[in-house]
Amino acid sequence: MKINMAIRTHMRRSPYQTFAAILTMFVTFLVSGFFFLITVASAQILRYFESKPQITVFFEDTAGEKEATSLKLALEATGQIASTEFVSKEDALVIYREQNKNDPLLLEMVTADILPASLEVSATDPKYLSTIEPIIQKADGVEEVVYQRDVVETLLSWTSAIRSVGGSLALLLIINSLLIIMTVIAMKVALKREEIDILKLVGASLWYIRLPFVIEGALYGAIGAFGAGSILAGLIIWLRPFLLTFVGQVPSIGSLLYDPVGASLVLATAGFVVGMVGVGVLLGGIGSLIALARYLKF
Amino acid sequence: MIRFDNVTKSFFGHSAALTDITVQIQDGDFVFLIGPSGAGKTTFLRLIIRDLLPTKGKVFVGGQEVNILPVSNIHLLRRKIGTVFQDFKLLTDRTVFENIALVLEILGKTPHEIYHGVRDVLELVGLSDKANFFPLQLSAGEMQRTGMARAIVGGPGILLADEPTGNLDPETSLGILHTLEEISKLGTTVVMATHNVDIVNTFKKRTIALHQGRLVSDELKGQYKIYTKPKAHAVKHRT
Repeated sequence: MKINMAIRTHMRRSPYQTFAAILTMFVTFLVSGFFFLITVASAQILRYFESKPQITVFFEDTAGEKEATSLKLALEATGQIASTEFVSKEDALVIYREQNKNDPLLLEMVTADILPASLEVSATDPKYLSTIEPIIQKADGVEEVVYQRDVVETLLSWTSAIRSVGGSLALLLIINSLLIIMTVIAMKVALKREEIDILKLVGASLWYIRLPFVIEGALYGAIGAFGAGSILAGLIIWLRPFLLTFVGQVPSIGSLLYDPVGASLVLATAGFVVGMVGVGVLLGGIGSLIALARYLKF
Repeated sequence: MIRFDNVTKSFFGHSAALTDITVQIQDGDFVFLIGPSGAGKTTFLRLIIRDLLPTKGKVFVGGQEVNILPVSNIHLLRRKIGTVFQDFKLLTDRTVFENIALVLEILGKTPHEIYHGVRDVLELVGLSDKANFFPLQLSAGEMQRTGMARAIVGGPGILLADEPTGNLDPETSLGILHTLEEISKLGTTVVMATHNVDIVNTFKKRTIALHQGRLVSDELKGQYKIYTKPKAHAVKHRT
């Protein structure tokens, strides 16, 4: 009997166990996949904020390039500044337009007058920020100072919390899936004990007997992972407009989500599903192998 | 050639199933292994196919010491040995053809080779017209002949038969024995465990008698004798 026939027979004869194994794999991959996407996205967001200037100084409406230049000179005199860049009201409008180019309503309501001019400052080392801060606070025309450090620290704590909770949950579900696969395969080995004994006696190698069970376990993993991966990929595409407004300013995410039928989004979602299926095959195969090592010996 | 050198097999908590057996079976021999139930006949056969390991002594098959064979190579030994069982051990969800073809599939034969190989043995055992029957649609004799066909289809050098006529009527049993004789004439070593007096006395082959795990007789053209007590001194070894 060919291997695919053997697997079909195994699955047909114990449909409830088959369904339980696939469903468990599906839930595992749905939850793990979700947390994986969140972790990857938050890492991208974190990297984006880390790459931004460490301090952004916003000036009052009455202040402008003169105040910015004097602050720039005061900061550069410390010798601890890596770079500074003045963003005028007009420049701010250009940036705003670029960020909101897909929302004409927002563009109509804004002019350069209501946007503040700013000075973006990066220190040669984050440890110098404490000596730079007092100079900025004392400068004329400063309205607000935004420290990326605060944003990054908040994001970092969120990311690490998500990673811990998601990782623990995924680990628990993976262990659960392995145990279910092992139980189902062990049950099938027990059901086919007589056939296995006959196969051994007529000279079948251990792998000839094992292979259908290993492929069956891998198939459970693949089907469960494919279902979960497809749903998550579908969700990304469905939630794309919402995600774009929420995290679209992060270049790596924005460029990925910008075009709903773009090659990058299609490739990324397809790669994600294929990757999930690959892990599913591995997980199911390993579960089967553990069960076989325990219950199928020569 | 099959050789037992001072083989003892004990099962935990039980008396020895075989005690100090030394025997040699030449290639092409037809041997009856006789004795009452519990004499150790099945243990003897299971040691040959490495289904059991001896507690003491050595078992050789084709010059190879079976005891030290790595687990990963046991299947290679079993491919050289065909086995027929009293309870047939057929897969009930597969046809006669598929049951026999299984051995050739395991050996990696092509579909063409499998088709012709199975057809040939079905003809030899007289089951050509039953190829597409399932085991439960066959008589006991036909099931046993299917088992024999499966045992020989791979062309093994040795055929072990464990009480192959145990569940059959005398007439069918004779048919099975004639088929085994034909297989033996093709050069296959046949070792048949039985306690069927009529068969042993009719066919007059070399007869190895076991009683309570001991070898009590080894005779050419032997007769079935009832032993009440093992007499080691009376054993005639044939080498």
